[in-house]
Amino acid sequence: MSIGLTHFLVLSAVLFCIGFYGALSRRNAIVILMCIEIMLNAVNISLVAFSRYVTPVAMTGQIFAIFVITVAAAEAALGLAIVISIYRSRDTIDVEKIDLMKW
Amino acid sequence: MDTGVGITLAFWIMAVVLVASALAVVLLRNIFRSALCLVLAFLTVAGIYVLLQADFLAVVQILIYVGAVAILMIFAIMLTRDVQQGNLPSRLRFSSLLLSALLMAVMIVVVTNTGWSISAQPPSPDTTSAIAKAVFAENGGFVLPFEIVSVLLLAAIIGAVVLVREK
Repeated sequence: MSIGLTHFLVLSAVLFCIGFYGALSRRNAIVILMCIEIMLNAVNISLVAFSRYVTPVAMTGQIFAIFVITVAAAEAALGLAIVISIYRSRDTIDVEKIDLMKW
Repeated sequence: MDTGVGITLAFWIMAVVLVASALAVVLLRNIFRSALCLVLAFLTVAGIYVLLQADFLAVVQILIYVGAVAILMIFAIMLTRDVQQGNLPSRLRFSSLLLSALLMAVMIVVVTNTGWSISAQPPSPDTTSAIAKAVFAENGGFVLPFEIVSVLLLAAIIGAVVLVREK
C-alpha cells in the first residue's frame, strides 16, 4: 500500500487531537504551551502535504507553513514570558489557581 | 502515486514515533521528560517534511523548533517549580478526552471520504529557490506578509523583554 495524501492528513488529525486533548486536560501552563506547539505542527504537516500532493509547483502551502512557524516562535516566546511573569507574582503556574479574572 | 517500500516503511516508523512522543508529552508526569519528548516529536516532524520533499522546511523546523522553541521551554521549566510531579490532569480531563476523540473521528471520516484533486506533476527538486521566487515574485508575491511577520517578531521580542524584566 503506497503512501498518499490521506495518510499524512490522518496523521496530522491524530497529532492535532493529541495536542488538543493535552491543552484542555493539563494544569501546568508550560505543558499547555507545549501542546499548542504540537497542534501547530500538526497543521503544518497537513499544509506541507497539500503543497506536495495538490499544488506541487506553486509552493503556497510551504510558504504558509513558514509563516505558521514564525508566528509559533513568537507565540512561544511571549507565552513563556507571561508564564514566568505570573510565576514571579503568584508563585504558581497551575492554570486552575490562576483565577484572578474569574468571577 | 507510487511510492517504494522504503518510503512506506519510513512513513510508518515516523508516524508511530511521532504519535508516541506526542502522547508522552501529554501523559508523562515529569515535565522535563515531556519537554525531551517534545524535542523528539519536532525532529520526527522534520523527518516527515523530508518525506514530503520539503527540504528547506525540514531544516527550518530543526533550527527553529528544536533549536529555539524547545530550549525556551526547557528554560521556562527550569525557572519554575514542580518539575517532578508537575504535569497533573485538570478537572476537564474526561470531557476533553471525549471531545478530542469525537473531533478526531470527525476529521478522519472527512479526510478519508473527500476526493482530493491529486496533481500528477512532479514536485520541484529545489524547494529553496522555488520558495524564494514565490515569496519575492514580480507581482508582489508574499512580500507584504513577509514584512508584517518581521514586525510581529520584533514586537514579540520587545514584549518578551518587557514582560520578564526585573522591576
